[in-house]
Formats: sequence, structure tokens, C-alpha cells
Amino acid sequence: MSLFAVTRATLAKDLRLEWRSKDAINSMLFFALLMVVVFSFSFDPNAEESRRIAGGLVWVAFLFAAVVALNQTWARELRNQVLDAYRVSPAPANSLFMAKALGNFVFVVVLEALMTPLFIMFYQLRALGPAWQLIPVAALGTWALVVNGTFFAAISIRTRSREIMLPLLLFPFSIPALLAMVNATTAILTGELSARFWIVLLATYDVVFTIACLLLFESVLQAE
Amino acid sequence: MKRAFPILVFLVVAFLGYAMYQALVVAPTDQLQGNVYRIIYYHVPSAWTAFLLFGINFVASVVYLMSRNAKADTIALVGAEVGVVFCTVNLVTGPIWARPVWGIWWTWDVRLTSTLVLWLIYLSYLMLRRFSTSGQTPVLAAALAIFGALDVPLVYFSIWIFRTQHPQPVIGGGGSIDPRMLHVLLINWLAFLCLAALLCWSRYRLEYMRRELEETQALEALLEPRGSL
Repeated sequence: MSLFAVTRATLAKDLRLEWRSKDAINSMLFFALLMVVVFSFSFDPNAEESRRIAGGLVWVAFLFAAVVALNQTWARELRNQVLDAYRVSPAPANSLFMAKALGNFVFVVVLEALMTPLFIMFYQLRALGPAWQLIPVAALGTWALVVNGTFFAAISIRTRSREIMLPLLLFPFSIPALLAMVNATTAILTGELSARFWIVLLATYDVVFTIACLLLFESVLQAE
Repeated sequence: MKRAFPILVFLVVAFLGYAMYQALVVAPTDQLQGNVYRIIYYHVPSAWTAFLLFGINFVASVVYLMSRNAKADTIALVGAEVGVVFCTVNLVTGPIWARPVWGIWWTWDVRLTSTLVLWLIYLSYLMLRRFSTSGQTPVLAAALAIFGALDVPLVYFSIWIFRTQHPQPVIGGGGSIDPRMLHVLLINWLAFLCLAALLCWSRYRLEYMRRELEETQALEALLEPRGSL
């Protein structure tokens, strides 16, 4: 089977599983909703000042919620030794990785699409800068979290207390991406600075780590 | 090797003592900061040593992924562990120096922040090694080390831009250093390098013996006559 066919088959399977169970999306949504409420206690959500911290808040909520989905990525394949079957099958490892990363990307984008209206409503957000730029920021930022998250989830699945391990690996490594996402979003919301530089940085981060993941994933999958 | 170790310890301690004498007595007092500045002789060499050890960790990880040589993996582990120790020394001496000179313990300036993030990255590397089950650890850790090395320039660059966009008081700034001070600084760095080499060597020996012991135990378990169950 070609690289593309395996990717498509695995992705379709994951999306169908999620569509039927809705495990990941439900827990992510509930988690993010809780964070919106808890954050609102720590500052005055209606103040003009909240515009400055909203970028950080939104992304921290999405990051924490994304970990819920990322943790499930490979855990699902451990049942019935599916992951071992993948290992011995001639299917290319990278197509499996791409399918998982794309699947997580879809989950997190759905989460963002559902949660953003809530954030706008609860925190009275209004972009003073060019709002359309939020779309590339969201797309590139989500990919940055998801591509490394999928890779690190494949690492943490091999460790003891795997659910704890994933954020311990993902958060420190994602600091440049988070910094770029938060600053780009804040720049757009306040309209004071240009977000262009941060978008370029995010794109660089995405390219570098996508290539690194594709080069190293096979060794990690086959690690014995 | 067992006999050489105490001699080496003695030599390194003597060298560290000489370097300390140089730092505390011989080096001239700073005109502006007075004697407080002498912590530079610990602060800066520990940072250089840590960066060097993290570099060794990266190279050893790449070598391990290419050759699957167990020695390279041990060197990577030792580099990260001792590197984190020296990085911690750097991060602890920093605030001690900053408080009397700048009036604050910490500032989120580019060098401080990126050193902190670097420390966090290698700490998470060590966490992975601690939590991982034995057989697969080297490959997973080597992959993570490569990710860390790719991350470092992005971390530095992003924080640099972040901090230059937000105006803040210039700290330190570019200045020239007295040649006598530089001389003492280099002596101290050399002493730190010797200490790091000694620590790495003994840690390497320890790890080597631990692995040998594990192998022996595994073999013994195989050879043991099966008792009646």
C-alpha cells in the first residue's frame, strides 16, 4: 500500500472511532469549559485589560485540553496489541504518524471552533487588529502542538505513568511555539503590534519539527 | 582505575582551591560592584560548562541513533545529568548576584529566560530516562535529545524577539572586561571543566557497572536451575 493510502485508511478509522464514541472531544470540551470559568475568577473578565491576557488564556486552555486527546492517541492502539501489529506490518511508519497527527489536528480544531465563540462571549473579546490573521495563527499553532504532541505521546506510551509523562515532555519543548501563538494572538487582539513575525516563527517551528518527527518516528516506533 | 580516582579527586580539589584563591584574592575588585562581582567566577564558568555538556549530550545522541552503540548512550546520559547540575549552579548563583547589583532576584531577560528553558528541557529529558522502562530508553531519549537541540535556537530567538519588542532597562550591556579578570575567569573555567570531567567519569563508571550488574543478574536468572513449581 502506498504512503497516502495507509494514512487515509488510518485517519478514517480514527475519525470514525471518535465520531461514534466522542470520548476525546467531550472530555476536551468539558475541560476547556471548566478552564474558561476558573480563569474568570482570577481577573475581571470585562475589563479592557483582559484583552492583553486573553491570548495567553485561550492558548493555555487549548494546550491543556489538547493533552487529553493526545494521551488517547496511542493508548487506543495498545488494546488487542494493535500497535505491535503495526510494527510488524509493512505499512510505512510515517504514514501512521501522519494519520495520528492529522486526526489530533482535526480534534483540536473542532475544539477550538466550538470554544472560541464561548471565549468571545464570556470575555467580550473583539479584535482591534486584522482578525483574519487569527486563522493562520490557529492553524499553525495547533499543528505545532499536535505534531510534537503526537510524537511525544508515542514516547510517553512506553514509560511508566504515561499520562503524566506527556505534559512533562510536551510543555518545555513547546515554549517557543506557545510564546509565538500567545504573542501573535495578543498582537491581533490589541491591534498594537504586527503579528507577522510570530506567524513566520510558528511556520518555522512547524517545518522544523514536522521534519524531525518524520525522520525520527520510525526509530521510536521500532524501539526495543 | 580504583586507585587513580582518589588521586584525581585530590588534584581537582587542589585546582579548585587554587582557582578560588585566584577568584577571591588575586582578581582585582570591580570599581562599580565591589567584591560582589566575584561570583562571576562561578556563575559564568558553570554556564559554559553546562552548555558544553549539553552539546556533548546532543552529539552522543546522534551517534547513538546512527550506531546503536551503548557507550554513546551512556555518554549522552552522563552529559545531560552533569550538565543539569552545572546549569543549576548557574541558575542559583544568578539571582544571588542579581539581588545586590540589580536590586531584583530575577528578570525575564533573554539570557536568563532561555537558560531556564534549557534547564527545563534537559530536566524533562532526565525525567523521561527515569520513567522509561529499560530496554527502549536509549532510543527514546536520543530522539528527545535531538528535539531539544533543535528547540534551543528557536527558544533563544523567540525570547530575544519577545524581549526586544518590550522595552526594559538595559542590564549588563556590552562592556569590556579587565584582562586580569578574564585570566582568573579562564582559570576558574578550567577548574570547572576538570571537575565536570571527574564527575562525568565517575558517573560513567557507575552507569557502566550498573549495566554490567543488570546483565549478570539477567544471565543468572536464565541459568538458574528451575525449581519444581
